[in-house]
Amino acid sequence: MNSSVITFPGSNCDRDMDVALKKFGFNNKMVWHENVDLPKSDLVVLPGGFSYGDYLRCGSMASKSKIMRSVINFAKDGGKVMGICNGFQILIESGLLPGAMLRNKYLEFICKNVFVKVNDKDNSYFKGLKKDILEFHIAHNEGNYFCTSEQVKEIDDNNQIALYYSDVNGNIDENNNPNGSIKNIAGIFNKEKNVLGMMPHPERMIDLLLSGEDGSIFFENLINNLK
Amino acid sequence: MKVNEQIAIDHGLKKDEYKKICDLLKRIPNITELGIFSAMWNEHCSYKSSKLHLKNLPTKGTNVIQGPGENAGVIDIGDEDAIVFKIESHNHPSFIEPYQGAATGVGGIMRDVFTMGARPIANLNSISFGLPQNKKTKNLLRGVVHGIGGYGNCMGVPTIAGQTIFDESYNENILVNAMTIGLVKKNKIFYSKAAGLKKPVIYVGSKTGRDGIHGASMASAVFDEKIEEKKPTVQVGDPFTEKLLLEACLELMAGDSIIAIQDMGAAGLTSSSIEMASKGNLGIEINLNKVPCREEKMTPYEIMLSESQERMLIILENGKENLAKKIFDKWNLDFAVIGQTTNSKNIELFFNEKKVADIPINALVENSPMYDRKWKKTKLPNKIKIEKEHFKNLKVVNVLNKILSNPNICSKEWIWQQYDHTVMGDTIQKPGGDAGVVRVHGTNKAVAASVDSSAVYCWAHPLSGGKQIVCESWRNLISVGAKPIAITNCLNFGSPENEDNMGEFVACVKGLSEASSYLQFPVVSGNVSFYNQTKNIGIKPTPTIGGVGLIKNYKNMITMGLKEIDNILLIIGKTEGHLDQSVFSRDILNEKNGPPPEINLFNEKNNGETILKLIDKNFIKAAHDVSLGGIITALSKMCIKGKKGATLKKPNYLINPFEYFFGEDQGRYIIEIEKINFNNVTKILEKNTVHYDDLGTVNENMLIIDKKSKVTIDELTKSHTNWLTNYMSK
Repeated sequence: MNSSVITFPGSNCDRDMDVALKKFGFNNKMVWHENVDLPKSDLVVLPGGFSYGDYLRCGSMASKSKIMRSVINFAKDGGKVMGICNGFQILIESGLLPGAMLRNKYLEFICKNVFVKVNDKDNSYFKGLKKDILEFHIAHNEGNYFCTSEQVKEIDDNNQIALYYSDVNGNIDENNNPNGSIKNIAGIFNKEKNVLGMMPHPERMIDLLLSGEDGSIFFENLINNLK
Repeated sequence: MKVNEQIAIDHGLKKDEYKKICDLLKRIPNITELGIFSAMWNEHCSYKSSKLHLKNLPTKGTNVIQGPGENAGVIDIGDEDAIVFKIESHNHPSFIEPYQGAATGVGGIMRDVFTMGARPIANLNSISFGLPQNKKTKNLLRGVVHGIGGYGNCMGVPTIAGQTIFDESYNENILVNAMTIGLVKKNKIFYSKAAGLKKPVIYVGSKTGRDGIHGASMASAVFDEKIEEKKPTVQVGDPFTEKLLLEACLELMAGDSIIAIQDMGAAGLTSSSIEMASKGNLGIEINLNKVPCREEKMTPYEIMLSESQERMLIILENGKENLAKKIFDKWNLDFAVIGQTTNSKNIELFFNEKKVADIPINALVENSPMYDRKWKKTKLPNKIKIEKEHFKNLKVVNVLNKILSNPNICSKEWIWQQYDHTVMGDTIQKPGGDAGVVRVHGTNKAVAASVDSSAVYCWAHPLSGGKQIVCESWRNLISVGAKPIAITNCLNFGSPENEDNMGEFVACVKGLSEASSYLQFPVVSGNVSFYNQTKNIGIKPTPTIGGVGLIKNYKNMITMGLKEIDNILLIIGKTEGHLDQSVFSRDILNEKNGPPPEINLFNEKNNGETILKLIDKNFIKAAHDVSLGGIITALSKMCIKGKKGATLKKPNYLINPFEYFFGEDQGRYIIEIEKINFNNVTKILEKNTVHYDDLGTVNENMLIIDKKSKVTIDELTKSHTNWLTNYMSK
């Protein structure tokens, strides 16, 4: 399986993602944002970080970089594109995913483990996943997902919500919403479900000593689904 | 503008210093030259009051590759790997403008580390504020935490440990000490010593603006009512540019183009160019028209004194300019050839085709002032006799709950949750433990680090305090299973022109020196911050120590959380019940006098090394050093972390439970071992003449002191975690 991780100026989880993808068997390539062409890929990942320093709006400038034209075309042809954290923000800014990202409700950066509930397994990212509730890790300042009430209805109707913030038992409520996201949304798909954006970092959950191992379950499952 | 004595004084120079400048130049300096002298000769850059005493610090050791004098210290951690680290203060700017002050403190120290070719792998910080009820404290704390996070998070470097102190002596002078650890291959370390004639001098990074002019001079003076006017001296940080600068520098460093490199920190272009030339015993000429400027019509004076951030000065091999430029272009950073090395041994500046400064470099460096300031010795205070009736109405459990929620002891999760502590994927011990631990990427090794200060002990008796703080750092590293290697220090004091403050400095440095010599725990880098003073009131003497240790196999790392029910708990080190200057005496009995606990260096070394032996044999399941709040506070933290309880035995030689539980005797640890290993462990302890006491056993969820006093771990957890969050949300 071939994957590509895009490095924008200010990306800082690109190496971590490279380590994770290789650990679970991907043949991963790092791709510089000024490249025009994507290498042959079964999966393209936009990693976390602070592309362009989060200036203007998070992800806004990166969404206009040269490589993104190829990424957008790749996605429109049904290619799998996954954006984590800042990568999620870039996917929104590039129009591949609906909605917008606001600052966290308490106006503070949050770095901690959270639980997320998988909403739907009828897609190539979560199909056959062993667990419904995963312990993931978040580290962000702008993860407060927002969209209009029409958009909420639309993504709900289309089953585009990928992950909800929840408690360990899967209860989705305000107490388990770390950043104020509408409906506790932690990740969404596009309509076709080949594009996934999520705030949590599965690449930081591949090691018991670091913060946990539920990311391993995610990646193992993902590579199997893409085979 | 014609320079005269008054203008020199306005630049922070003393009358006799101005006279010396005129004598050295054999003429009156022009304004640019005066600015350069004031930048190089201020306390922050010249160490004129501290140099004499710092000479006595032990700086050598088998693992030391580079001691003080470079951008940061370097130690050998085996194989091809070395660790580069340093701590630095950014106190004055952080009080004036907390977000930018703290952010640029973090940015500056990271630059010091990657200047040497090392990729930063961990940040730490020690921050000290006034009392919580002081009206400025909350905003300062919030601003500083946001600033530290804002910069470090964007850089993608995990913040793995730190400490936060509240004390009235910081009401008008907060402390922000930032430390960075970097990883480098031993054969790829870069230094700041220029070499070779006519080598191009390259400016890279951000453009130069008018921010931070006289920042270093501002940090070399006391605060007064005009403090608000000093805001323009605070630098403004841009972590995004620094991230680009980091990647670009490391990319250039992978080749062999660089002769010398130095970041532009305090005193900007002035100190970086002069330091590189001075170390290489060369001259340097710079065409100031070539310096990339952010603002129009900047004068030579402003260009030389700007402390705009995210800039570096590089001396390149001839002919490598294009190759280097390509890399900086790729990262969208400015790149300019601004001058060359010369054999004049002077710094010569040109602007609009005129020479605007010409100063012998040795006049600025070797001939900089050095003072043997007057100082007063601090006597060891007499021990306080606490009357029995003071203890009469106290209950251990109530006192414990109070101490766990004490601002200086309570959980700082509200703070460290705002720092990305997991990025880079190698943080295996997060903030909140004895030390932060990061793996050396792709190896079995891990690096442990801790920052510590103990201003109360240092204030009560600076010599003991100086020793104590080195020992505390040593114990924190031992407690996670790391072999302590070396330290960096950040010496925060009041005005050196005051005999009492200077006396505190001299004694603390002596204490530091004695302890680090004895423990073979050398000082490889550091910084001095004097003038932490508003009008006549200085801070408590606050040397901050950043200790670094090595864990050969990270799988042997130890954490403090209790592990298994029925395991045995031992106290390592003798409990004497020393209460003077303890949290118990100061905050519960309101008794602020008396001596700090005594330091026995033999015991410190012996106890620590014996614990490492036990860890090597895999006998230790959990460990924690005993510090503020004594045994029971340390044990409670182990319970809270491990979500387990403990059943205590009756102490067999100290009758007063408050002395036993809350005394702050040094050189102690609590360890958890399995029952079956009890004989093996005690045999090793006895063989090494290490004193130990049987503290009790691990249970499910309750701290049971005796039949009458017990408390659930849930309750202790609440006491420990709630204070800071409640305080900040009010």
